[in-house]
Amino acid sequence: MATSQSWPRFKYEAELDLRFPEEIASMPGGHALYSCIQCGTCSGTCPLATYMDYSPRKIIAMTRAGFKEEVLNSFTIWLCASCYACAVECPRQIKITDFMSELKQRAIHEQVTPKRLPAAVLAREFYHLVLRRGRNSEARLILRLYAKTNPFQALRLAGLGWRLFRTGRLPLRAEGIRHKRQLQQMLSAVGAAGEVGG
Amino acid sequence: MKYLYYPGCSLKATGRAYEESTLAVFEALEQQLEELQDWNCCGATAYMSVDEMKAFTLGARNLALAERQDGDGEVALVAPCSGCYLVLSKTQHYLDQYKTVRQRVQGALQTAKLSYDGRVHVRHPLDILVNEVGIQAIAAKVQHPLRGLKVACYYGCQIVRPYAAFDDQVNPMCMDRLVQALGAEAVDWPLKTRCCGGSLLGTQPQVGLPLSYILLQEARKRGAQVVATACPLCQFNLECYQGPMRRRFHDNLELPVVYFTQLVGLALGISRRRLGLQRSLVPWRWQPGAQEGSAHVPA
Repeated sequence: MATSQSWPRFKYEAELDLRFPEEIASMPGGHALYSCIQCGTCSGTCPLATYMDYSPRKIIAMTRAGFKEEVLNSFTIWLCASCYACAVECPRQIKITDFMSELKQRAIHEQVTPKRLPAAVLAREFYHLVLRRGRNSEARLILRLYAKTNPFQALRLAGLGWRLFRTGRLPLRAEGIRHKRQLQQMLSAVGAAGEVGG
Repeated sequence: MKYLYYPGCSLKATGRAYEESTLAVFEALEQQLEELQDWNCCGATAYMSVDEMKAFTLGARNLALAERQDGDGEVALVAPCSGCYLVLSKTQHYLDQYKTVRQRVQGALQTAKLSYDGRVHVRHPLDILVNEVGIQAIAAKVQHPLRGLKVACYYGCQIVRPYAAFDDQVNPMCMDRLVQALGAEAVDWPLKTRCCGGSLLGTQPQVGLPLSYILLQEARKRGAQVVATACPLCQFNLECYQGPMRRRFHDNLELPVVYFTQLVGLALGISRRRLGLQRSLVPWRWQPGAQEGSAHVPA
């Protein structure tokens, strides 16, 4: 875990990916990226900023400057817990939380996230579970998360799992909806229609 | 008044007590809740991190089903989980604001002969209790005032930010007022909307654990005997990770964490079992003093 501050290294113009900010700005409402005044209110409000390798303000600056590799490989994007504290305080009304989601999507899409990074594994496992069954089963999601990241951790939490099971809070049956096919068709229909525009 | 009810996954599993207490309280207050048929997962924040158009499609299917189930006019869809509440509201916001999103999602809905006209109003049970039923009306039905109980009201993040309009985004007060109407004392606790860490307690505990621990530590310092929550994930984090917190921070912390609906139910005289209080991992044995048995009505 990177708790200490690290700085983007110096880069020549030719090393920057100037298509990257354009790609990110093409998300719905994404043009707001260019209206950021770098005031740092987001970083000041963020309860997780102290644990991040780059603060939210820096992520925005680096995205605009084309530091694609650093941004997509950052720990920051996976630490955003989506509490929206920054988004409601931003004087330029930038949806910073939604930017973080967009960056996570890019990172997963370009397969740059470490394979066992739990936050990314959770997102992917959740995605597949819901795609197949239409609903998420918490017990299964947790088991898959630990199986794919840190089986040892699952053993440490076995006691908690057992207490949840005993109090009826961890049903093991797989939840699902009746019209699974219908939902899958809808999801593939929306996926087939090309890139998202502004 | 009739409401459609969107439970989401947690209220059928780790947050079962939230479902039980919400249903019991709504019944006691003569508010009808009807479960949305064949609802699918809202997608949560996790889906938004993988594919946002698919996430909006998941949300939109639920909104379309709600319109179909409830006929004409405005439809109130009650989502007790903050995550569901946020995602459904966010879906509405994006459908409303961005034409490309709207077109693609409507196209996807059409493959299942569904459509969404924008008639759904996504609401949280806290909003319903405070602004529809009314605090005065609830106070009038209190049978066992929670006198002497000190409560830290935890709103969490996603019911107040960024879409909710029923209270302040940083310092909401409606749960505090509700708890006071039940006869309890709401302690002054400035962390009421600070992030609990969400799924980070499961994925990055070295970062997530301190976030929840800070909340509990401060609540205890301010004299709270119990924390009231309005979200199944907040409740889970604050209650179920107290063991790991005790080990990591060498603290003897043990603070019960309940749902605000369980407090309302207790004051209304509903049994502990119907409110799911036996499912708590940090047992909460406090009983309202059944002294006078008269209703507590504030002047």
